[in-house]
Amino acid sequence: MTTKRHRDLGLTDEQVLEIYRIMLLARKIDERMWLLNRAGKIPFVISCQGQEAAQVGAAFALDRKKDYVAPYYRDMGVVLAFGMTSTELMLSGFAKAEDPNSGGRQMPGHFGQKKNQILTGSSPVTTQLPHAVGVALAAKMKNDPIVSFVTLGEGSSNQGDFHEGLNFAGVHKLPVITMVENNKYAISVPIEKQIASKTVADRAKSYGMPGITVDGNDPLAVYKAVKEARERALNGDGPTLIEAITYRLTAHSSDDDDRLYRKSDEIDEARKNDSMITFNKYLKDTGILTETIEKQINDEIIQEVNQATDYAENAPYAQPEDALKHVYEE
Amino acid sequence: MPVMSYIQAITTALKEEMQRDENVFILGEDVGKKGGVFRATDGLYETFNEARVLDTPLAESAIVGVGIGAAMYGLRPVAEIQFADFIMPAVNQIISEAAKIRYRSNNDWNVPMTIRAPYGGGVHGALYHSQSVEAVFANQPGLKIVMPSTPYDVKGLLKAAIRDNDPVLFFEHKRAYRLLKGEVPEEDYVLPIGKADVKREGTDITVITYGLCVHFALQAAEKLAEEGIEAHILDLRTVYPLDKEAIIEAAKKTGKILLITEDNKEGSIIGEVAAIIAEHCLFDLDAPIRRLAGPDIPSMPYAPTMEKFFMINPDKVEKAMRELAEF
Repeated sequence: MTTKRHRDLGLTDEQVLEIYRIMLLARKIDERMWLLNRAGKIPFVISCQGQEAAQVGAAFALDRKKDYVAPYYRDMGVVLAFGMTSTELMLSGFAKAEDPNSGGRQMPGHFGQKKNQILTGSSPVTTQLPHAVGVALAAKMKNDPIVSFVTLGEGSSNQGDFHEGLNFAGVHKLPVITMVENNKYAISVPIEKQIASKTVADRAKSYGMPGITVDGNDPLAVYKAVKEARERALNGDGPTLIEAITYRLTAHSSDDDDRLYRKSDEIDEARKNDSMITFNKYLKDTGILTETIEKQINDEIIQEVNQATDYAENAPYAQPEDALKHVYEE
Repeated sequence: MPVMSYIQAITTALKEEMQRDENVFILGEDVGKKGGVFRATDGLYETFNEARVLDTPLAESAIVGVGIGAAMYGLRPVAEIQFADFIMPAVNQIISEAAKIRYRSNNDWNVPMTIRAPYGGGVHGALYHSQSVEAVFANQPGLKIVMPSTPYDVKGLLKAAIRDNDPVLFFEHKRAYRLLKGEVPEEDYVLPIGKADVKREGTDITVITYGLCVHFALQAAEKLAEEGIEAHILDLRTVYPLDKEAIIEAAKKTGKILLITEDNKEGSIIGEVAAIIAEHCLFDLDAPIRRLAGPDIPSMPYAPTMEKFFMINPDKVEKAMRELAEF
């Protein structure tokens, strides 16, 4: 029997099953959204596929009732772990009025939900990083024992806000954890044409913080890195930059054709390390995921995704004039 | 009632708001020990300590972006951009983020942040320490832009900006800092953002302007009064969104309108004011709408000859007012 690595990290069998369940839920919602898009029912999808392990592993290392997150557009795993529901994600996919992220104003993937400490996001990349630093600054000023957690892609690590935000966090030793989900591509441009340093984590040195590269396909490795970063942050030891190595299994979005810039064998090779397979195997090898439990999880998720889809599809749109609301405080 | 300068009114408003609400804090370059390059935050570092008067790294996008995050957490940041000319690296954070956060989150999140910046020329500041940048932001619903003209308005409007639950750009004319003095009540008061103010009653011509140009128009009006020309002067105070009612009322009052800005003419705030008047007051007009503005060149040159050529001054205003009165 495989060693139960999660026990050494302080995770119970139930907790790792829950990590797996949320990863699988994210994958299944995402897959459903692609079907809905190709069926002409929703205009746009941007995927989490291939990055669920990093997202859910990281979220479980945080205090999901108190910590703040500034996710980027692929972070379905993060927002699900922080309390957003399948139905709410589907409402966003269908751009319906009840969508808690934006009331149908933004494209899917532009997360935000105050009651679950999820900051609102936009499309220009990396703007969320200084926001997370600002949350950390405010929490420090208020002596609130929380951290803020921000994610972005490796392409986004080239933006000025990455440098400005991390330097600010480093100078003021703020409790903020930055996780770059390195999925190897910024739309079509590969990592070697994006960054000149060997790793994204290498950049941490100039901001006076630890830079850690972890296997983003292993939720336990990511959990460990984020947990340690959180402890450092709460001890007043400042920020951490984590680079989780993943792979983007889908095209950039529903409007992208990735056959134009990468070979299918590269994707096939990456699929062998898909965390949905490897973590499933780990849980089976450790005897935690039995056939009965797996069937139960799969059945429940299919039912949940079906119900969410039906609800969102039948939910009303905002009224046209609702476009005029909430420009300023009313 | 104490008399204070325009910049003293700023410092006073900041200090009183920080005393009133512990969530108010200042961040920016050189705002701490130095008290700001113009000394707008003079003494606040000593009174409120480093945590609430934060010297930031030299990075404008971070100043605004970090402020946005702190505001979403529930604080009321007052960010200082050292010169309005240097706000450009923060435009993405201001326009894509601060302006849209309430709207894009369907009223779930909001940004109660004030961004202060000194603007305007006439101080030998050359191209990059003289600009008026309000027009860059004046078609961005979600933002409010306040540009006060007197120490009294500064105190009341800066307090209103800090207490506002939406982002406010607060542009201060740097030449007004020590040039303009006026009575400022000691008591706490706020003035409404979004409301223009009649600075002088008159019946012959209407001047609509804002910022330092209000001062020039008032000076010119006194001279013209000696010749029997009575100017009605409306100070916009908030240049976005505009106080349409006040503009229409002031325009109809005399039917002869002069609009003044120190900014370049084309695409400036007063172009929108002219459009409002054209839409609502055509049959009340007794003369074509006139505009007095800076030339359409990239910015204000350094050499005194060219700087003076660019700047609005009381003589240029007086000439334009007289011509309109005689139309």
